[in-house]
Amino acid sequence: MSSDLARPTSVERLAEMLAMTESDGRTVGIRGNGSKERWGGVGVPPDVLVSTRGLDRIVEHAAGDLVITVEAGALLAEVQRTVGQAGQWLALDPPERSATIGGVVSAAASGPRRLRYGTPRDLLIGITVVLADGTVAKSGGKVVKNVAGYDLGKLFTGAFGTLGVIAECTFRLHPKAAARRVVRTDTDDPAGALSAIRGTGAEPTAAEWDGVALTTVFESIESAAAEQADRAAQAAGGVAGTSLPPGFGERAWADGGVGLKLTHRLGGLREALASLTAAMPGAGVRAYVGTGVVEASVGADDLAALESLRLSVAALDGQVVVASATDQMKTDLDVWGPVRGLAVMQRIKEQFDPAGRMCPGRFVVA
Amino acid sequence: MDALAQLTADCAARLKGEQVVTEPAQLRTYECDGLSSYRSVPGLVILAESVADVAYVVSRCAELAVPFVARGSGTGLSGGALPRTDGVLVVTSRLNRIVDVDASDERAVVEPGVINAHLTTAAAPHGHYYAPDPSSQQVCTIGGNVAENSGGAHCLKYGFTAHHVTGLEVVMPDGSVERFGGRAPDPVGYDVVGAVVGSEGTLGIVTEATVRLLRAPEAVQTVLAAFHTIEAAGDAVSAIISAGVLPAAIELMDALAIEAAEAAVRPGYPEGAGAVLIVELDGPRCEVEAQLADVERLCLAAEAFEVRIAADDSERMLIWKGRKSAFAAVGRISPDYIVQDGVIPRTALAEVLRAIEAVAAAAGLRVANVFHAGDGNLHPLVLFDEAKGETEKAEDVSNRIIELCLEHGGSITGEHGVGHDKVVHMRKMFSAVDLDVMQMVRCAFDPAGIANPGKIFPTPRLCGERPGRRSGAHPLAEAGIADVF
Repeated sequence: MSSDLARPTSVERLAEMLAMTESDGRTVGIRGNGSKERWGGVGVPPDVLVSTRGLDRIVEHAAGDLVITVEAGALLAEVQRTVGQAGQWLALDPPERSATIGGVVSAAASGPRRLRYGTPRDLLIGITVVLADGTVAKSGGKVVKNVAGYDLGKLFTGAFGTLGVIAECTFRLHPKAAARRVVRTDTDDPAGALSAIRGTGAEPTAAEWDGVALTTVFESIESAAAEQADRAAQAAGGVAGTSLPPGFGERAWADGGVGLKLTHRLGGLREALASLTAAMPGAGVRAYVGTGVVEASVGADDLAALESLRLSVAALDGQVVVASATDQMKTDLDVWGPVRGLAVMQRIKEQFDPAGRMCPGRFVVA
Repeated sequence: MDALAQLTADCAARLKGEQVVTEPAQLRTYECDGLSSYRSVPGLVILAESVADVAYVVSRCAELAVPFVARGSGTGLSGGALPRTDGVLVVTSRLNRIVDVDASDERAVVEPGVINAHLTTAAAPHGHYYAPDPSSQQVCTIGGNVAENSGGAHCLKYGFTAHHVTGLEVVMPDGSVERFGGRAPDPVGYDVVGAVVGSEGTLGIVTEATVRLLRAPEAVQTVLAAFHTIEAAGDAVSAIISAGVLPAAIELMDALAIEAAEAAVRPGYPEGAGAVLIVELDGPRCEVEAQLADVERLCLAAEAFEVRIAADDSERMLIWKGRKSAFAAVGRISPDYIVQDGVIPRTALAEVLRAIEAVAAAAGLRVANVFHAGDGNLHPLVLFDEAKGETEKAEDVSNRIIELCLEHGGSITGEHGVGHDKVVHMRKMFSAVDLDVMQMVRCAFDPAGIANPGKIFPTPRLCGERPGRRSGAHPLAEAGIADVF
């Protein structure tokens, strides 16, 4: 069954379209550029598929205030190009090249520099959303510091479109560092290596372990990046350079492959890696060391060990999500695993989308 | 027996006698929080000592339809913990255990009554600290910080409470106990932790928080720069930010605020300054040293007439003491004052400050300015004398300042919260629809509206109704105007 396509070019038009689906009860899917289409649950094909690509304006870049407002369909890369001209960046580095802002926020997609800057929730300061019935609402604002009212941005971040359509986002920006140094350390103990590096007072912006080597990144002014890298190389027995290794910041899994995202309490990286290797011996690992996130590329057969892996990771306060898999695999297993507070989330969903028309099947809250 | 009397009897039967406060003189000590212009004697005060106590009281409130208000140390400046005469005030101060400090997890687990500064004291031996540092950190509680999404001087670089809470235990408004998030990042599902932080006690009572601990930076440098005018100080702020430096804090005090601080704690700020700027840099030593030179150069270029660099911790503490005591210190130079909290885009700083001065001058009042200049969070202190009948004029000036913030694209509150005080301003910042949609979250947590009612929102939402929801064909489709799909 194919969906009707809608491509609104203004927030008002988007609201009108959604209001019409309210009146005839049609289900609604949301699509940016499709770069994370395989993430999340298997969506039920919607009656109407709303593309946000007609909403791709950069509304306002207040360079002096380090703030940008963009429509959801704008490409992250385009936003980076715009703010880059002012020596700034939106401190999000998920690797999906064609990602839209709306997609990054809806999937709470992050990359290695989350070690320093956090994830979309930490940088989003204002949001405009359109609910299933066409209601347009905003929360937050255009200043970084603001505690007026509830923060709807937090709820819509990572909600996979199930609460409504994100139409516009305002973000805090950061100054772009002048220089970068990269240290590669061969190690089978990435947590220990990062700890040794931090013991020197150095503060990496990212620390990624690919199963063989730990790559730590230092981004600052020239002299400070160089000195931190030298200290880090000495402390952890590595080599300092200026370029990032191939594959740095990419997902553990190839496009279309089977991928897991595993979380753990920060002190539990060793145990998390041991559990992963024990349950799925052939897993390809990418650990965002110091953040509590590990990604793994696994084989289809490995998924048989998913629940046992979940059990051992639960002891680390962590969870395992099937991030990428075929629809059939996802249908056959539990994509999300157990969720704390699910009943409350369900009540939130019922408030925002009582008929359950928004992106059915895509998220743990159905 | 009315509901409140029933609740009182139930609590007396269940809890220790000293936990149930009913004596009128004692109740009166809880009549206001840090914003003493609003007072309301609570019908009952419960000093909770466990999650079970909180859950019991709240579940009885739900059954008896009695409103409840949570309170920590009562330092809030928006009347968020203003009690209700027909309700119960649940005080969480006795829930003050630091449950765990785990350096390897970079997390602490605390009860809501833990004092903000005590957490950093507990984390310090592990080489860590808790970043959010509201000026009241020596007395305010983590529970209050979570409710208000408190900031502080150092949130310019490190963010607010919302960025530092990863897990919560919440007594829901029906008395059930729920846990959200935990020590690990990215919990699956909606970001309920993010929604509860800053909800000002309207979604339930937090009984435990898991928070991030940061590693103490290798180096900290504090710069005090004195300027003849506040405009020059503002120019220095812009120059520092445009140079790509992200200090841990940039604080600005004007001449009146300096005068007050000197009278109170003698921080020894340079004489004759029209404004001082406090800039704190932290991080790896090599980075801090280089940025320190930049900041010094940029301040001098903006015509600072003196730039001091704190030589040691005691000098650093003295510089900060002047800043952190500024609100209270204003009491030394004025019999009464209103603390305002508004936010503007930083680039509008000079313009808004001039406008505030004009508004104050027209009213014949003085305004002292102390603020987090790096993020445009103003704290104008409107000085007045109630005995001279200046109260109303001062309130007008204070309200006008908030309108100025909104006219410049800012916010009605940067860190003190909406509480009771700013309910009237919410409609100026948000549409009725925005407020209605926000309250859908409220309805998911508290459909009966008994958790801190009357705060944040000017009009409560009736959780059963669905305003704006249409049925039947959409008018545009019917008219044939929009046959889109």
